[in-house]
Amino acid sequence: MTSPVLPSPLEVRGTALRRRVGNAAFTVACYAATVIVIVPLAFIVWHLVAKGASGVSLTFFTHLPKPVGESGGGMANAIIGTAELALIAAAIAVPVGVGAGLYLAEHGDGAFGAVVRTTADVLAGVPSIVIGVAAYGLVVVPMGGFSALAGGVALALLMLPTIARSTEEVVRLVPRSYREAALALGAPRWRVVHDVVLPAASAGVVTAILLAIARACGETAPLLFTALGSRFWSVAIDKPIASLPVYIFDYARAPYDDWNRQAWTAAFVLLALVTMLSALVRVAVRRIPRA
Amino acid sequence: MTVEAPTPLRPMVPPRRGPSPGDRDIASRGGEAPLATVGYDLFYGQAHALKNVTLEIEANGITAIIGPSGCGKSTLLRSFNRMNDLIPGVRTQGEVRVLGRNVLGSDVDVVALRRRVGMVFQRPNPFPKSIFENVVFGLRMLGIRNRRELEERCENSLRRAALWDEVKDRLHRSALALSGGQQQRLCIARCLAVEPEVILMDEPASALDPTATARIEELVVEFKSRYTIAVVTHNMQQAARISDRTAFMLAGALVEYGPTSELFTRPREKLTEDYITGRFG
Repeated sequence: MTSPVLPSPLEVRGTALRRRVGNAAFTVACYAATVIVIVPLAFIVWHLVAKGASGVSLTFFTHLPKPVGESGGGMANAIIGTAELALIAAAIAVPVGVGAGLYLAEHGDGAFGAVVRTTADVLAGVPSIVIGVAAYGLVVVPMGGFSALAGGVALALLMLPTIARSTEEVVRLVPRSYREAALALGAPRWRVVHDVVLPAASAGVVTAILLAIARACGETAPLLFTALGSRFWSVAIDKPIASLPVYIFDYARAPYDDWNRQAWTAAFVLLALVTMLSALVRVAVRRIPRA
Repeated sequence: MTVEAPTPLRPMVPPRRGPSPGDRDIASRGGEAPLATVGYDLFYGQAHALKNVTLEIEANGITAIIGPSGCGKSTLLRSFNRMNDLIPGVRTQGEVRVLGRNVLGSDVDVVALRRRVGMVFQRPNPFPKSIFENVVFGLRMLGIRNRRELEERCENSLRRAALWDEVKDRLHRSALALSGGQQQRLCIARCLAVEPEVILMDEPASALDPTATARIEELVVEFKSRYTIAVVTHNMQQAARISDRTAFMLAGALVEYGPTSELFTRPREKLTEDYITGRFG
């Protein structure tokens, strides 16, 4: 037996130095990238707080917008409207999206699965204004007018691909051993998915749904000619409905200082609401037992 | 995904390409064994994974299936509850007989089959649910909802798997908090809960430490009066310790099958002798 050939101590030191330099450089690069990600976000939040937080008052949450020319008023109808639009959209997109994701993960290895997957990816890339046009054609024209339902459908179309593809990803992560164990106990396929696979993936699925809803809550373009907007109280599903993003869009462009200030406030409130929703679901998800 | 049975009208015992080492056993016995294969071939795409395997596994005993990695022993075991259906591109020929019936073919109720043929896997695979929910999973699949009945059967199964005393105070805690050995006994309890007639074990102790392994082995030996058990193992000492009969497989073929004591002391085949004396594998 010959002894193994080891590099001399000097060489070891040389490579160690190179390693340390490389390591340091990479760490710095990673930190830099993180800062670049965070800075614009922090800037936006800071700006919104600075310009919008001062306008937050009970009135903003409880009152309707004042007629043009009068100052004051609130956006209660838009806050409720955004919530209603998100609910309608989720009611449509969650069952369909989760169902499609389960299909893709469990049975989607064939040609049809590939078609569905590609379609979902293309749909995810469609500009949101085009989604709005599609919902206009699908709902507004047949119903003969703008409506909350049309807005909900538009947002649902936006959420669908995100929910479907994220569900597929997290369901695929469920270990095969769970499926085998359930099948070996005499579980039919649908009960394997329903009783074992979906619960095991639920934390990921809920997170995907939440992200999709949060995205949809901030969308403006698809709502412009579907939900349109409203300056009055309305929760009717077949009537135009107010929403925060559309208000932000309208008020930011308006030639009144008071409206511009209210747009900042609306933006701040929208951000706060979405952040709260997201925090709430995160806490809820943490309670779900996981693998 | 379904496994085809290309020749459903095949006669009972057809040595298609010369005798297979199991033939002698079939010829010598009257009643039908709970598990048997007759001239069974299995292909993964082009790969010929099982070659003309004819084998009978007798009732209320432990049959060990040994052989080197990749010899097809797990594939053979998984044929008895049709778990190979999950793998795309699997084709089969011949017969796999379970409790007196050929289970290949698309007309077989696979769900019903798997309720009578339990399986314990190599790695403990409890569901990410509570201990209780793990044990009663199969019962829920059978439509049992009565809480008292579920609780009784859960306790009964856990006792038989020698796990009750360790978990009785935390039945509703996550099964994933148990140790590896406990998890495997939980999987055994889960399997027992649905009252199978046959238990298939795919290297049930290979992921466990020696103490946990010994406990599993004790359980398996206890069970044999009540169940027909087939155990795949790559541990020859284990096969020698617990089994009544041993099948030795190599490259997809059954090389030798007989009483464990004979196979390990007076192997009939040179290949068997080489394997059990450690010359390969």
